[in-house]
Amino acid sequence: MSPASPETPTGRPPSAALADPPVIAPGHTFATISDKISAIVLTRGTPLGWFVGFGIAFAFMMLFLMTVTWLLIKGVGIWGINVPVAWGFAIVNFVWWIGIGHAGTLISAILLLLHQRWRMSINRFAEAMTLFAVACAGMFPVLHMGRPWLAYWLFPYPNSMSIWPQFRSPLVWDVFAVSTYATVSALFWFVGLVPDLATLRDRARSTTGRVIYGVLALGWRGSARHWARYEAAYLLLAGLATPLVISVHTVVSFDFAIALVPGWHSTIFPPYFVAGAIYSGFAMVLTLAIPIRAAYGLKDFITDRHLENMAKIMLATGLIVAYGYSMEAFISWYSGNTYERFMYWNRMTGPYWPAFWALIATNIVTPQLLWLKRVRHNIPLLFVISLIVNTGMWLERFVIIVTSLHRDFLPSSWGMYSPTMWDWFTYLGTMGLFVTLLLLFLRFLPMISIFEMRTLLPESKVKE
Amino acid sequence: MLYGLMAEFDNPDTLVAASRRAHQEGYRQLDAYTPFPIEELHEALDIHHTSMPLLVLIGGIVGGVTGYSLEYWVSVVAYPLNIGGRPFHSWPAFIPVTFEMTVLFAAITAVFGMLALNKLPMPYHPVFNAPRFALATRDRFFLCIEAKDRKFDATATRRFLESFGPREVTDVEQ
Repeated sequence: MSPASPETPTGRPPSAALADPPVIAPGHTFATISDKISAIVLTRGTPLGWFVGFGIAFAFMMLFLMTVTWLLIKGVGIWGINVPVAWGFAIVNFVWWIGIGHAGTLISAILLLLHQRWRMSINRFAEAMTLFAVACAGMFPVLHMGRPWLAYWLFPYPNSMSIWPQFRSPLVWDVFAVSTYATVSALFWFVGLVPDLATLRDRARSTTGRVIYGVLALGWRGSARHWARYEAAYLLLAGLATPLVISVHTVVSFDFAIALVPGWHSTIFPPYFVAGAIYSGFAMVLTLAIPIRAAYGLKDFITDRHLENMAKIMLATGLIVAYGYSMEAFISWYSGNTYERFMYWNRMTGPYWPAFWALIATNIVTPQLLWLKRVRHNIPLLFVISLIVNTGMWLERFVIIVTSLHRDFLPSSWGMYSPTMWDWFTYLGTMGLFVTLLLLFLRFLPMISIFEMRTLLPESKVKE
Repeated sequence: MLYGLMAEFDNPDTLVAASRRAHQEGYRQLDAYTPFPIEELHEALDIHHTSMPLLVLIGGIVGGVTGYSLEYWVSVVAYPLNIGGRPFHSWPAFIPVTFEMTVLFAAITAVFGMLALNKLPMPYHPVFNAPRFALATRDRFFLCIEAKDRKFDATATRRFLESFGPREVTDVEQ
């Protein structure tokens, strides 16, 4: 935001900016930005593809409801979990979803604090992705409890049983971390939406639209005094969300690291879980952004430069994850501890070896392609890599949870884990829930922050 | 009844110039309405630093103290449990929840504090009566000098606003 170089969105000298592809295509004005983004919601009509996608996603969401109903009738025995692997798909999927959410907060909060203005066209739907991913994530531990209707027992409240949560347990920390994360993400998202909801209110032609967007816009009128407090609040929220997002995945990693199980009890877990979360989140943003910008013709706003930047972040966080894996391997050897050494050897050569080597191939080897500029500019290839990384990050959690639990200290208590069809249905079902929510969001709310996009134009800078 | 006079500008530059000039002329009951935040308006309209940071700090402290005291009271007073021989008051284990509660309370204070100080939600406001005000959320920049200002004079103020070459100056009814 340096006034000295108004035409360079990154604040670099103009010569460097000329070499970079722009963050917004030339020829746009305040009016065209407002109209183009709000038209998707208000006037352009719903594309046929939306209905097809919604139909499929809705069917999967119904599959989820069916599965949950069967789960409530029969109990968690319908899943493949049993002692010693009591944490199967439910926790794998919980960690996978919550990790995906982290990129949204990173884009909206950390990149805001770092003045990375290219974030402005992707932050809104990345935040929406966070919210919906956290909603999917939250399902799993609750359903995994066996009696989900008693989930409120996790919270401290005065009750007739005179019992209270055990605050030395990382599982209780998790309750606080995830519920705080969900609340703060929702608030952050809504605050960002208010000025754009006012735009929709003023542009809506139907009475229903005016009333609904009007109520949601809270009577926003763009007063300079309001903007001053708004910006202060937004910046403070970003400052709060930044340590929050790091703490959330740290606490999730504590669920493992605080336990004594070989393969879990490791101090590298918090940093490499956080990096892995951001890694998988950016992969998911790419998976979503590439088809969305093509379907809605938003290449003016979500430019190739955005995709390239995200690919670079993926590469960087992917390397941190690779470092995490190598440290895990090194420490298990260097510790000289029999159980630790056995654990890693078993991961590589034991019954789940295909999962481990697939993890290395998808998560460590594949993203190395992103070193090449040609790959970062090849959009279809980028899309494929993002899908591979999403799979890889899922495999990571599978390997950590299943291979660590299935062979613990006593060979007499060893066992195997394999998911049942109900495990797969629950997982696919939450994907249906995620895509359903995302498609509703794309249809009814502005997917790009309109007011922030206006500030990217050179004429938004006051010349005196 | 007249609420004020509203001038509509094409660009932020003129709006900032007009706002600064109006403030220098002694107008105090005035506000600018823009489609995006404009930092220069703070100084032009003499909008001082907000109390938001202080509020959020207080919210955070209240949250942190609440979180820690809850954990202390539950683990030491209400329901002491021996977990692997650890002390009842095992403070390092209480830090994550304390931290989360700090962030939660601070964030809630930031959002609801901002809305409360801005007096939102406010479904009705006279400025919405200006016929072209809907453009304030699209691409136009408005300056409204309110009738309750001591210096306000229907003719002189209109002439003052017109001197900046706005698209138009309209009466805003109460």
